[in-house]
Amino acid sequence: MKKYNVVTSISYPKKGAMGKTGNWRVFKPILDKEKCVKCLRCWIFCPEATIIRNKDNTVDIDYEYCKGCGICANVCKVNAIELEREGARK
Amino acid sequence: MNQVMIDTGNYIAAKAAVMCKPDVVAAYPITPQTTLVEGIANYQGKGEFKGEYICVESEHSAMAACIGASATGVRTFTGTSSHGLLLMHEMLHWAALARLPVVMCNINRVVGPGWNIWTDENDSISQRDTGWIQFYCSSNQEIFDTIIQAFKIGEHQKVSLPVMISYNAFILSHTSMPVYVPDQKEIDAFLPKRKPLWYLDPNNPITFGNIILPAEYEKVRFDMQKSQYYCKKLIPEISKEWKEKFGRFHGDLLEYYKCENVEYILLSMGAIGAESKVAIDNLRKQGLKIGLARVRTFRPFPQEEILKLSKNADLIIIDRNISPGMEGAVFSEIKASLYGKSDAKVYGYIAGLGGKDVTFGDIEKMCKKAIDGKTKHLEWYGLEGV
Repeated sequence: MKKYNVVTSISYPKKGAMGKTGNWRVFKPILDKEKCVKCLRCWIFCPEATIIRNKDNTVDIDYEYCKGCGICANVCKVNAIELEREGARK
Repeated sequence: MNQVMIDTGNYIAAKAAVMCKPDVVAAYPITPQTTLVEGIANYQGKGEFKGEYICVESEHSAMAACIGASATGVRTFTGTSSHGLLLMHEMLHWAALARLPVVMCNINRVVGPGWNIWTDENDSISQRDTGWIQFYCSSNQEIFDTIIQAFKIGEHQKVSLPVMISYNAFILSHTSMPVYVPDQKEIDAFLPKRKPLWYLDPNNPITFGNIILPAEYEKVRFDMQKSQYYCKKLIPEISKEWKEKFGRFHGDLLEYYKCENVEYILLSMGAIGAESKVAIDNLRKQGLKIGLARVRTFRPFPQEEILKLSKNADLIIIDRNISPGMEGAVFSEIKASLYGKSDAKVYGYIAGLGGKDVTFGDIEKMCKKAIDGKTKHLEWYGLEGV
């Protein structure tokens, strides 16, 4: 941590600075890779950068930090992402 | 080479601000501040002000823009008054807690209703707890000199706090006086470019104002207090440096006027402080042992200096503000400074609210009444028809 002459609140970017926020989730986005057309809209719109872009432009979801806001499902043009209540699938 | 400029307080403040070379000025006009920001716009038109001038839609935005700009590490300036200052209130806290050295002139104007554009200090007094350093000026020369000093104080690496320079509506803002203006080179030598402790940089990303837990937040407040206290040492040093370089001195935290061999000390702020000097001269001619300590900085408050004065003299305080349900703000602060450490008698007056004139004759009457032992603990001076 850098030391300054005065004290205020500054944070340096770091993965999971606020802990594993994935457990805040009520609805879980489930991606259907068959339907995905690699348009990357979900990757662009995700406010938490929890859509992982692979080299071939397929995507995965980082459930450790995804808070389940559902924006990815909302912006997907081919309905490849569905929201499912956490714990619904046993 | 000194040049003499004869102009109103607002145009003098605009000149001083532009000579400090701020990178960003964001402002919204309000009577009686309007000519200050017009003045800066005019300097931009003439090419003398080379910074960015942001015309915003409100004072809240003006301060928000200054905060954003200041966070990128550059120098920022703005000005406001009365209701404009009150609209900024949230952002004033933000600037101070984020430790951003924004410098702002506030032209002390009455708060409505009833609608009134004359002067009193209730606008800036009600920003007391925001963490801003607060100066009150008594002449156009002092406005000029204090603005330049304010950048140096606020930007000092152990301070890093915003500074508010208050001066009275119309009495100073719209009254012309001759002011010595140093060469740009001399100002540049006195006030080097701002060296921020940290700044927003796309290549080295950081987040400002992020969430922090209670124990950490408490440290932020403690440190702010430490920096305010540090200013009690720094302000006299900078005033001394200014005096050595430019030959002018308006006092440190207090300006002392004929404070030797006294039984009474009058304390006042702003334009009443200047008027008080005439009253002191007259009272001294009448053989009364009275001097003046004009309060220049309301934050940090000169507790130790006033306590020292009270060892040999009783204190008479004139407030051009009122905290309803209590008393004048300076009166309260002074009594708090003396508590348990001084036996001095303390008399408080409320005078000049709503912009009512407070002349040297009025000040003499207030002082004489207190000296004659006829003043109650707190009195309203010259209240009509009550």
